[in-house]
Amino acid sequence: MKSGSNLERILESGQFAVTAECGPPKGPAPAVVKRKGDLLKFCCDALNVTDNQTAIVRMSSMSGCVLLKEVGVEPVLQMVVRDRNRLALQGDLIGAAALGIRNVLCLSGDHQRFGNHPTAKGVYDIDSIQFLQMVKTMRDEHQFINGEEFSGDTPFFIGAAANPFADPFQFRVTRLAKKVKAGADFIQTQGIFDIAKFVEWMTMVRDRGLDEKTHILAGLIPIKSVGMARYMRNNVSGLSVPQAIVERMGDAKDPKEEGVQICLETIEQLKEVEGIHGVHIMAVAWEDIVPRIVEEAGLMPRPMV
Amino acid sequence: MITLEQKKFEDIEKMTKGCGRLLVLGCETCAAMSLAGGKKQAEALAAAIGMARKMSGDKSEVLYDAVARQCEPEFIDLTEKEVAQCDGVLSLACGAGVQLLAERFPDKVILPGCNTTFLGVTEKLGVWSERCAGCGDCILDKTAGLCPIARCSKQLLNGPCGGSMDGKCEISKEVDCVWQLIIDRLTKLNRLEMLEEIFPVKDWSPAGHGGPRKMVREDLES
Repeated sequence: MKSGSNLERILESGQFAVTAECGPPKGPAPAVVKRKGDLLKFCCDALNVTDNQTAIVRMSSMSGCVLLKEVGVEPVLQMVVRDRNRLALQGDLIGAAALGIRNVLCLSGDHQRFGNHPTAKGVYDIDSIQFLQMVKTMRDEHQFINGEEFSGDTPFFIGAAANPFADPFQFRVTRLAKKVKAGADFIQTQGIFDIAKFVEWMTMVRDRGLDEKTHILAGLIPIKSVGMARYMRNNVSGLSVPQAIVERMGDAKDPKEEGVQICLETIEQLKEVEGIHGVHIMAVAWEDIVPRIVEEAGLMPRPMV
Repeated sequence: MITLEQKKFEDIEKMTKGCGRLLVLGCETCAAMSLAGGKKQAEALAAAIGMARKMSGDKSEVLYDAVARQCEPEFIDLTEKEVAQCDGVLSLACGAGVQLLAERFPDKVILPGCNTTFLGVTEKLGVWSERCAGCGDCILDKTAGLCPIARCSKQLLNGPCGGSMDGKCEISKEVDCVWQLIIDRLTKLNRLEMLEEIFPVKDWSPAGHGGPRKMVREDLES
């Protein structure tokens, strides 16, 4: 075991994993995080705490992770290179290890232009692939990025994101291969609506044997309304929402129910895709729906390993 | 070239108000190429400032001239007599030119008439775009002659990020994704395998993050 985290144990034992996203509040209320933790703890193996998601300032991911641990939930610490240079990233990684955080997801981060501080200076000292390499070197070599050794263990289960729906399509698998080479133990993908494209991407992933070198968790975004479907199709870069989904949501008498059904159908289709080792549910501002989705997708109870 | 754009006239008017006899000094290299601060633009701007002053009852004179390059002391020295007769100079050069003037004439008010925008190229008349970030350690050999430091919004060295769509950057449909361009070019050159390797972490110290930069060529120093 690299980290001994619950997520790692489940994936390494060959079982289908379930993770979800837990967005921290735009203020210091610990109850908000703890409530989400209590709500999701029995239906998920670990919860991702987002890091100033969409470049909007929120409670730090690290604090959110600690609060989740207090209610007995295993966190995944999301970290973006947009806001921290190599010193801050490494300092935070040591701190996370000290606090018992065992999963980390290494990301570029949405550009600051999209958030609530569009005039901020983006750091981008290193990129997400270099970040993965850095975490792996710290874990396996006990060395900082400058080659200097440190004492003590930073046993992280290292995660990365992959977006099969961004361009150029053919190169997306190469980029995944680079992330795996850099140290990604697990992958959480962008939300999947375009199953055909995802299946095509997975074929290319298997052709390069990448599904055997990393655990791929397929991303899901439950949609609440036709407005949300349209918004994601038109405004969220790197997301592909087929017209058929938008129309289905538009025609639905009960859009929320339709969104749940779309999500459940997607999970059923994903279960059939070779090389998928779990799902990652990103129910932005709709965490309440996650227990039902996990239950009805036949993924309960969660394994104890 | 270094690209420049002239500041808004109302800002220039405000900045030059009450500074007495003024010399608008153009720069005939980059500033002229940018059609922002050459001799022609200096003449037009001096006339406009003069007119505005007249309207507000300020009778102090506004002169204009230009030198080949305000970034070289030899050319600055050519303006010595003219500057001596003025109270202030509005330089239409880049920030480097403005500062060399200020160094050379410590008792004069020196003002910037332009914003220095970037290191770029002329795409066509009236359109310039950024190409180089002056990072001090050129990597164009590894990126198919297209610079991700200057042209990727996140300065990724292992791009493209998940926001690349239809060849465009996530920040705007007006901005090309330079990583798409790099991949297209390497595909054409049959060298795409270059991108399989992980690009190492960059040393940003020659990019200005190691403090103000200076070059010394001992073989040329007198």
